[in-house]
Amino acid sequence: MPERFTQLTSRTFVLPQESIDTDQIIPARFLTTTTRAGLGARAFYDWRYDASGAPIADQPLNTLDTAEHRILVAGDNFACGSSREHAPWALTDYGFRAVISTSIADIFSSNALKNGLLPITVDPETHARLLADPGGRVGIDLERQELTIGNAPPISFAVEPFARRCLIEGVDPLGWLTDRMPQIEAFERGHAL
Amino acid sequence: MPPSSSPRTLFDKVWDAHMVVPETADAPGVLYVDLHLVHEVTSPQAFSEIESRGLKVRRPDRTFATLDHSTPTDSARSYVTAEAKAQVATLERNCARHGITLAGWDSGDRGVVHVMAPELGLTQPGTVVVCGDSHTATHGAFGALAFGIGTSEVGHVLATQCLLQRKPKRMRVTVDGRLQRGVSAKDLTLAAIAAIGFGGGSGYVIEYAGEAIRALDMEGRMTLCNMSIEAGARAGMIAPDQKTVAYLRGRRHAPHGQAFERAAERWLSFVTDEDATFDKELRLDASTITPMATFGTTPDAAIAIGANTPAPRSDSERKALAYMHFAANEPTTHEPVHVVFVGSCTNGRLSDLRAAADILRGRKVAESVRMLVVPGSEAVKRDAEAEGLHRVFEAAGAEWRQPGCSMCIAMNGDVVPPGKLAVSTSNRNFEGRQGKGARTILASPATAAASAIAGVLTDPRVFTQELEDA
Repeated sequence: MPERFTQLTSRTFVLPQESIDTDQIIPARFLTTTTRAGLGARAFYDWRYDASGAPIADQPLNTLDTAEHRILVAGDNFACGSSREHAPWALTDYGFRAVISTSIADIFSSNALKNGLLPITVDPETHARLLADPGGRVGIDLERQELTIGNAPPISFAVEPFARRCLIEGVDPLGWLTDRMPQIEAFERGHAL
Repeated sequence: MPPSSSPRTLFDKVWDAHMVVPETADAPGVLYVDLHLVHEVTSPQAFSEIESRGLKVRRPDRTFATLDHSTPTDSARSYVTAEAKAQVATLERNCARHGITLAGWDSGDRGVVHVMAPELGLTQPGTVVVCGDSHTATHGAFGALAFGIGTSEVGHVLATQCLLQRKPKRMRVTVDGRLQRGVSAKDLTLAAIAAIGFGGGSGYVIEYAGEAIRALDMEGRMTLCNMSIEAGARAGMIAPDQKTVAYLRGRRHAPHGQAFERAAERWLSFVTDEDATFDKELRLDASTITPMATFGTTPDAAIAIGANTPAPRSDSERKALAYMHFAANEPTTHEPVHVVFVGSCTNGRLSDLRAAADILRGRKVAESVRMLVVPGSEAVKRDAEAEGLHRVFEAAGAEWRQPGCSMCIAMNGDVVPPGKLAVSTSNRNFEGRQGKGARTILASPATAAASAIAGVLTDPRVFTQELEDA
């Protein structure tokens, strides 16, 4: 069942690099887990720990107050690469609830929305403002589909309507599918493989 | 207008044939899945989820599982961690409990999921194929709509055989002309991704068309469709033709006898209508492509071997060049290569191993290079050994290993050491993809073999004299 999401006001954390891929978000060697829990400790692992496994002192991800910084602002083409849902599991367990970029990979966005992590794409100008103000205060209102940066007027953003409903109303996608079982069975009877 | 009377693309036809409930403004469509492929890494949480709701696997007969990502490739089967071993045991247990066929450890069918399913005739034209793996696009080589899904969606398909999906846009990549001799499907693939751009396919399903695509054999088509995700596309597709039909004839899960002839006729109807339109079109000329290799840390950062690297356009590109220890405006053919990997769902099939063996026959891997050859499946391994390819690799000094994903995703212990440079026939050159600090050059099997011999990135045509002939 997805986490609900309606409104969020928080400080941003900025990772300006383009094309931060899923192997950066959660390296493949941590995918041997059979649960969803605890992956936050492994998020961006190879950026945060040196070869001996010691935390890198000047890496902000190691000292970030994750209760205060729940919005990740990332460079273009965020989360490209693999279909691993471990990527949004790691980011939400670490503490993020929203990701903002100029483009976000398809499969990642789909996975993120199922885990209460809101992916928001913005125009390059808005993106540049966010990149220029790390730690700035941003408000997200999913019901109004509005993003407010500091005291500036709100900017509207797009979100797939069904995913929005799931996040706001707690509609469960799997339950929604199982409710359509009669249609699925009827389709199957006439479907040639 | 009913969809059947307006001109449609191959993708439209497969999509329409699987729409259980059409999409509306408020809700995505319900898309039926014909074949669900499962492996150990992205499935455990999905099985837990459906079991916690008291749901069953609805169509175990349309679900096939294999062990590939976490499995060791040494003959002693030494797992990298106890957790990896437990993950494999979890899939064994889940398959037994839900009546799913598993190509397990001692099955002669076991292989990398995208190598195994086509071999068994499971992948068929006009079908919808999904798997919790982004390289599922491989199966598009047969004119199937095939794409990767997340673990939540794996649970949806296990429980309902359906997915909630909005229809992606249509892109066509037409490749005119013919590839030169000594230039492979992988070189074409890297050239196509460089042309589309890393995120250029985002939101699209790509259809590959044109003379050069028709000329590819099925294994070459699989290599091309496999890497569609590296341009950001959900799927890549190629219209079925007589090569597709010939490949499927006699395969275990393909129809047999008269049923095969009827199926083949239907399969061949999955082609783009002449007047159908695409949201985006791109044209490439195959005859200008020469052996390609990546120089950066994204798969689109590819150039002809021997060409100068382009000047970086951003901080990210500068950082990528520095990570790779390459300089701008210089060729990448001087940096010592330490590891060579031939294998993966991109290039772990018999034709790939033959291409590497043809270069290696009678030659030696450089002393400074560790070369691994990992067949894509037990079937590929058997066929390669029947031809004596394993002896060619071993005589050259390469390791001949057990089937699996191995050094492509490097989660089973097969890793490139920190800072070392690998020439790899796999699909991703992300930072640390093949091990923390590993530097990866993506290239074809022939290029990988040539580079193993020379100890630096090398155009394979220097070993086949085709440069002189050209």
